[in-house]
This record gives sequence, C-alpha cells and structure tokens, in this order.
Amino acid sequence: MTEPVPPNTARPPRGMGPLARREARLAWGLLMPTLIAVALVVILPLLAVFWIAFKPIGLAELRPPAPVVREDIRGDLEEGDPDAYLRYRLRNSSQDQRITGVTLTDSWPEGLSATEMDPRCTLEGASLSCDLGDWEGGFRDQIRIPVTADPSYFEGPDVEASAPVITGSANNVLTSFSSFTLENFARIFQGSEFWSVLGVTLFYTVFGTAGALIFGLFAALLLDKSFTGQGLLRGLYLFPYVAPVIAVAFAWILLFDPYSGSANALLMQMGVTSQAINFFGERPLALIMVTLFEVWRYFPLSFLFILARMQSIDTDMYEAADMDGASPFQKFRYLSLPQLLGILSVLFLLRFIWTFNKFDDIFLLTGGNAGTRVLTVNVYEQAFALSNIGAGAAVAVVIFLMLILFSLFFFRVMSREEGL
Amino acid sequence: MNPFRIGYVTALLLGALWCLIIATTVAVAMSFATGAGFRPVWLALPLGALMGLACLRWGGHGRPLLPAALALAMLGLAALSGLAPLAIAPDASGPARWTGLIAATGFTALGMWKILEKTPEGALTRHVFEAAVIRFLTGFGYIFFTAIVVIPFYVMVMTSLKNQAALVQNPLDFSLDLSQGLGLFRSYVELMRDYNFGSYLWTSFYVSVLTVLITLAFAIPGAYAVARLRFRGQKVFSRSILLIYMVPMIVLALPIYIAFSMTGLRNTLFGIVLIYPVTTIPVALYMLQGYFRGLPSEVEEAGLMDGLSRLKVIWTITLPLSLPALASVSLYVFMIAWNEFLLAFMLLDDPGKFTLTRGIASLNSSEVPRQHLMAGSVIATVPIMVLFLGLERFMTKGLTAGSVKG
Repeated sequence: MTEPVPPNTARPPRGMGPLARREARLAWGLLMPTLIAVALVVILPLLAVFWIAFKPIGLAELRPPAPVVREDIRGDLEEGDPDAYLRYRLRNSSQDQRITGVTLTDSWPEGLSATEMDPRCTLEGASLSCDLGDWEGGFRDQIRIPVTADPSYFEGPDVEASAPVITGSANNVLTSFSSFTLENFARIFQGSEFWSVLGVTLFYTVFGTAGALIFGLFAALLLDKSFTGQGLLRGLYLFPYVAPVIAVAFAWILLFDPYSGSANALLMQMGVTSQAINFFGERPLALIMVTLFEVWRYFPLSFLFILARMQSIDTDMYEAADMDGASPFQKFRYLSLPQLLGILSVLFLLRFIWTFNKFDDIFLLTGGNAGTRVLTVNVYEQAFALSNIGAGAAVAVVIFLMLILFSLFFFRVMSREEGL
Repeated sequence: MNPFRIGYVTALLLGALWCLIIATTVAVAMSFATGAGFRPVWLALPLGALMGLACLRWGGHGRPLLPAALALAMLGLAALSGLAPLAIAPDASGPARWTGLIAATGFTALGMWKILEKTPEGALTRHVFEAAVIRFLTGFGYIFFTAIVVIPFYVMVMTSLKNQAALVQNPLDFSLDLSQGLGLFRSYVELMRDYNFGSYLWTSFYVSVLTVLITLAFAIPGAYAVARLRFRGQKVFSRSILLIYMVPMIVLALPIYIAFSMTGLRNTLFGIVLIYPVTTIPVALYMLQGYFRGLPSEVEEAGLMDGLSRLKVIWTITLPLSLPALASVSLYVFMIAWNEFLLAFMLLDDPGKFTLTRGIASLNSSEVPRQHLMAGSVIATVPIMVLFLGLERFMTKGLTAGSVKG
C-alpha cells in the first residue's frame, strides 16, 4: 500500500538520478583524453615556467651533472700480453658541480682474472662493484685492473659486451627543492630596458589591434553588397591571414629592403625621398612597420567577423530609416555602428590579447632589434640568445600575469556581450 | 549651408583627388610591371578637377559614351601638349607609355562619371552629397585594399622567378624574360633538387594531416560532451576552452623545449606530431561545440529512444549531420599546422626532419640567394591558397565559427 503524497509537498527530485549520473560519467569519459592532453601540454608547462622563473638556470644547466664511464681493454689478451689491463675512464660531465656517492657496477666476464684489484673495487663472483666517493666538478680519473685471460674468455662475450652502470647523486638545479632565487626577476626588471619593452609591447598591441579593426571595418563596408567578383575579392582579401607567416614576413623584408627593395626604389622614383629608407632598421620606423604588418596580416580576420555580423542585421531597419529620410552616413552612424559595437568590442579584446601574445611576426621581421622588442620576443632573447632560461621564464611569468588581468576584464565584457 | 554641398565644389574636389589616386595607382602598377619610371605629378589635381566638372556638366543622365569621350579628350591633351596626370621617364617603351596614359585617363574618366552619377550641378541634398562621397570612398577602398594585398604576393612570386643580380640593378623591374622558357623556374628546381624541399613538403603535409586527425579524435568527443551532455562543471568548461588558447605559445614553448630536450623528443617528428594537436584541440573543440549546440537535439533523442547508445548516436547521427563543420575545422587546423613556425623552429635542428616553414627559415642566410628564399615561400603558400580558394566556403565558415586566433 502506498501512502498518498500531499500535493503541496510535491517537488522535483533532488540530487542526481541514475540516468543523470550515467550521463555525467559519459561526459567526463569523453572529455578525459582532452583534459589529460591539455593538462600535460598546457597546465604542466605553465607550472614549470613558474618553477623555472625562480631558479638560477642557464641553457647549459639543462642537463644535470652525471658521472660518465667508458670501458675498454688495453693490450692484447690473445697474445698473452702481461701488461694488459681493463680500463675504466671516469669523468664528471659538469665542469663546476659536484656529484656525490658515485658507484660503479659491471658484470665480470667469464675466463678473465684480475691479477691485482684496485683498492676502490671489489669483485664478487661475476660482478664488479666500485665505490668511487664524491667527484668535484671537472673530475677525471681512471681505474686500471691488470688482467689475464683463459681460453674460455675468448669463447664467451668480451668485456665490452656488458655496459658498466654508474650512479651518483648530483644536485640538479632544475628539479631540486632548494636554491630558489629572485635573481631572474631582479635581472629583468633592472634598468630601463624592461619598461621600454613594455612600452613597445603596448604600442604594438594597441595600435596593431585598433588598426586591424578599422581596416577590417572599412573592408567589410566595401564588400557588404553583392556584385560580380565579390567572392573573388573576399577570397583575395583573406590572403594575408591565410598565407604562412614566414612567407609573407620575408616578402615584406624583401619589399622594404634598404638596398634592393622595391618600395624604396618606388619612393625614390616618385620623389618622396631622396635616399633609401631602412624601414626595419631605424628606431621609431621599425616599430611602426611591424605594427603595420600586424594590421595588414590581421585586418582580414576582423573584416570577416564584421562582415558576417553586418549581413545578419535586419534590413527592415534600413528601409524604415530610408522612409524617414536618413542619409547614408546617418544610417551608418546611428544604425550599423550600434549593431556592430558588440562584435567590435569582443574582437578588440580578443585581438588585443592575441596581439599581445604574438611572437613570430616581430621575431621574423626584425628579430626584436631597432626598438621592436616586445615581451614575447624578450622571452626568446633572454632564454636562448642570452642563454638564461631562468630569466626567459621570468619574462614569461610577467606575460602570463598580465594576460590573466586582461582575461578577467575580458570575461566581464564577454558576459555582457552575447555572441562568440 | 555647407559650402561643400554644391555640385561644382563636390565635383571639383572629388575629381582632383580621384585623378591623383588613379595617377598614383597607374604609376605604381606600371613601375612594377615594366620597371620604367612612372610617377604621378601634381598636375593630376587640376586635370582631375576639370574632369570632375565635365562629368558633372554633361554626365548627369547616364550617357555611357561620355567617359570614353572625356578620356579621349584628356588623352589628346596629353599627347599634344604633354599635360598628363603622370610623368613617364624616357626609358619607358612606347607601348608601356601609351598603356600608362590610356589607363590613367580612362580610369579617371570612368571613375568620375560613376562617382558623380545623378549629382546635380547646384546645391546638393545631404543624401546626394553623401552618396557621391561614398562612391568615391568605395572606389578608393577597392584600389587600396587590392594594392596592399597584391603587392607583397606579387613581389614574392616575381622575385622567385628572377635572379639576384638583375633585381639589385633595378629593384622595380619585375618583367620576365619569357625566352628562357622553363629556365624561369630554376630556383624551384634547385630547391627541390639541392635543398631537399620535396621532403620538406611531404613532411609538412603528413604532419598537418596527422595533426588534423588527432585533433578531431580528441575534439569531437570533448565538444559533444560540452555541448550536449549535462554534468557538473559544463559551464566552466565552455568558458575555460577560450581561456586556454589565450596562453601564449612562447610561454609554453620554453618548458616544452626543456622537457623535449630532457626526454630526447626534441628534433623528432614524433615530438612535433605530439605537440601540434594540443595547440589546436582547444580551437577545434570550441568551434565544434558551437556547431553541435546548433543541431536539433530531437533527432538524437529519437535515436536514443530507438535504443541506440550515446556513442552510437554520435557516430551514426551527429557526425554525418556535422560534416560541413568537420570540413571547416579540418581545414582550419590544417592551416594552423601547415603555417606553424615557432615550435618547428625551436624543436627541429636536423635538416632531414624539417617542415616547410623550418626549411624556409634555414634559407634565410646571406649565402642563399634571395630568389630561393622567395621560391620557398611560394612553395609553402601555394598549397594552402589552392586549398583555401577551392574550399573557400568552408574556410570562411571555419574562420568565423570559432577562431579569432592567429
């Protein structure tokens, strides 16, 4: 017998039913591969960057110091050479760091007998083990064990068949939990260099983004009507974005070359300038040029988005405005622009962040010279050109923190602007 | 009363500006085509103003022969008295000279006639005035954008067909010596034969295809889960996908370089194939989940009612329905992988394993002639362009669907 449920206490079931639970399990199952991949290649490296930023580490210290051994037989055993010996050559791979508690083990081949044993080593049955103590940086040594061989030795495997195993513990700067430092940050913030890099980055980002948006808006207005060849032009205007950056960057470098670039030849012929301009080599000009390159390369993207938005605007509105006698500019100013404001602000924020992140373009065009070094190029510069991975990571941390700031702001605006 | 909104003033100003624009365009185009000295002169301004007034006076009611007549008059003036909108150096050949003059006068007249269509001579209403200005700006816009897009690519292709000595001598002379026949493509042959570019092409191709396949294998289930299934954290996910692809590549490249150095994955294509998809999965996931959300869920529910499992439903119903979206995503991911430069540059050292972009970077030295560098660029650009123009519909969709990344 079931109890009647009083109608006023009826409520939706709380918690998760078995179906919902199964659905959630499936969802997590489907997402798991992506989550793992992203964690491995995004989250983990990000944590690593933070870690490395606080480590005094250069490019050379990437390989931790390790003991190295090479084994060979000197002298001719088959001839019965009385001075034949087994030699282990030992070396510390690092020039300046010590390795502690080095031990060596090797399997002793059959038929070989040692006439005298090195005091550091003991032979037990078929295994040789040596206790080699601590090695300073740049340590080198040899172990020589005089040996004679029975005929049985020549039938079995020879000495070099088994590789000796050498172990030792060294302080690996990269993985140790000590030796943290703020030196990297001190280094990148010192002097006026950092602030000039930041200034250049902001100039590049703000003007590159705004320029691409304005050009994109202009191009979208041009193509927002149907005529023959519209599809072709639209395809053509997307070329700068679709082509590999390395190809177009080199084309620009060639075009604006101070000695044999067509742009200079053209300007001189037109009488604009009397001597060749070094577009990518002079101080304020190079920055303007890389910003223009950014505008040129990314206006297609904004144009595409703006055009898509324009074509979804209701035409009734324009007809109504026509009836009221609105002029073309008025229609643009009071009808189109407000409709486009949403996409424009979202585009601005997204492009702002991605321009801020941009590395390839400036790296290829100027290599960060002539006053065009932005933060991302500085990461590369510090880590690889100056061989200071720690300082590079410190710059990367600064970039990342600034991005978090932008993103917080971005999501605030995003939640207000629908779309995308 | 706005002094600009009088037919004569408008025609005068727009005509002057338009003629200067056309003269500059023709001068640049002719210089690039022939290498001879063409340049616009200030005389273009009064000539254009006259042209504007003439079009205003006689062109009002759409007489199609008018621009031709005006252009002929202007051409005649140039031939008889030398008053032309552009100056041509004596080294230009006869046909080039005439082509330049005819183009300059013809386009000036045709453009002015179009711009001043239905524009009265006296006071203009705001409407008519703005319409004329907009037609002017439209014409200018087409010329401007076409020029800035075409010129770098033109220089790229033409340089690859010339030799360095000729270019240093006259950087504007892109005329081709057609008598060499196939010899024109010398740089390409040398790249393929001596610089191993055939193998780079193949490497780039299969790395990109593998990237697409792996990306789809990860992104499809993930996108489906985010778009369709209810679970705790769904909202957070659809948000954080965007966040992830805001992390700059250079920040990740540093630890990836270290990790790959330590594990011996650096300098292997396996490492590259391992890392590329991860950079594209978030983008692909974001694009696909947007598309999946737009599919009607009723079809899938019908499948579930018929006793199909979720995975079966995805495979037999959702995927066939989303083929266009999959095509867009694949193309976009292919493009990213094909164009990728930074990781290939940092992680590959062995010339036997280069991708195309890495191969081009290795050509950037003073020992390699520049036409080789440009030929390499063309080799990298052409396949992606062909793919893009052939499948433009999918590509534009793909670009707008989820990606503001670049």
